Amino acid sequence: MAEVIFFIAAIGVIAGALGTVLLRNAFYAVLSLVGHLISLAALFLLLRAEFVAAAQVVVYAGAVMVLYVFVVAYVGGVDQDMTGAGTGTALRGISALFGIVLLVELCIAVLGSSLRSLDTQGTGFFAGFGSPPEIGELLLTKFLLAFEAASFLLLIAAVGAVILARRRSGLEEAHEVSVADLMRSGEGGTLSDEKERGSLAEAAGPPNL
Amino acid sequence: MSISWYLVVSAFVFSIGAGGVLVRRNPLVILLCIELMLNAANLALVAFARANGDMEGQIFAIIVMVVAACEVAVGLGLIVALYRRRLPIDVDELRELQG
Repeated sequence: MAEVIFFIAAIGVIAGALGTVLLRNAFYAVLSLVGHLISLAALFLLLRAEFVAAAQVVVYAGAVMVLYVFVVAYVGGVDQDMTGAGTGTALRGISALFGIVLLVELCIAVLGSSLRSLDTQGTGFFAGFGSPPEIGELLLTKFLLAFEAASFLLLIAAVGAVILARRRSGLEEAHEVSVADLMRSGEGGTLSDEKERGSLAEAAGPPNL
Repeated sequence: MSISWYLVVSAFVFSIGAGGVLVRRNPLVILLCIELMLNAANLALVAFARANGDMEGQIFAIIVMVVAACEVAVGLGLIVALYRRRLPIDVDELRELQG
C-alpha cells in the first residue's frame, strides 16, 4: 500500500514541478506548484513527518501560494514564451543540459553513496515520531536559538517587504511641503527668487526614507 | 519503500528547479523554481530524518520553510516594486548591474 501511495505522490510531485517550469502562464505555474506541494505533503506523511506535512499544506500551499496568486493578479500574469528574443536559444539549450547533468550527478551521488541506511526503510522510531508535541519540545529546548532566529528573520522579512513594496510618494510630498513653505514666507520675493529657493529646498534632498 | 527512492525524487525536483531558474525569464517563475529547489532539499532532509530515526532533520525542514517564506515575501516585494516603477518584469531586461 505504501508503495502505491509513494508512486502516486511521486508522480504528482514531479509533474507539478515540471508544470511549474514549463507552463507559460505564471498563474497556471502557481497552481501547478500548489499541486506539487500537496503531493509533497503526502510524501512527508509516508516518511512519518506529520507536523511537517501539515505545516506544508497550511503554510505553503495555503498562505504563501495565496500571496503568489495575489502578486500574479496584481502584476498581471505576463505571458512568457519559452523561446524568443533575449537570451539566445543556444544558451537556453545549454541551461537545460545543465539541469540534466545536475540530475545525473545527484542520482550518482545518492545511489553511489555507501550509506547502508539508505537501502532500508529507515530505522525504528518511537511512538509519536514527528508529531506536534515532540516537534514543539525539540524546538523549545534543543533548537531554541534557531527558533528565535527564525522569528527575527520573519520580522525582518515582513518589514523589508513592506518597505520594498510601498508607494514611493515621499518625494512629491516633500516637494509640496517646500512649495507651501515658500508661499508662506516669500510674499515679497520675485519668481526667480522663489525658484532659487525651491532649488535650494530640493538640494537638501528628500527626507530620510 | 527504501529511503533512496525519496532521495531520487528529491534529485529530480531539484534538477527541474535549477533548470527552471536558468531557462525562465519571468522573476515570478524564477521565485517559484527556487521554491521547488527548497522543497527538494526539504524532502531530502525529512528522508534522512526517517533514515536516522531522529527528528532533527524535520526541525531543519521547518526552519527551511521559514526561510523560504521570508524569501517569498522579499522577492514578491521586489517584483511589486519593479511593477510600480514601470520596469519590465523580465530578468533579461534588468541588467543595469551588468548581470
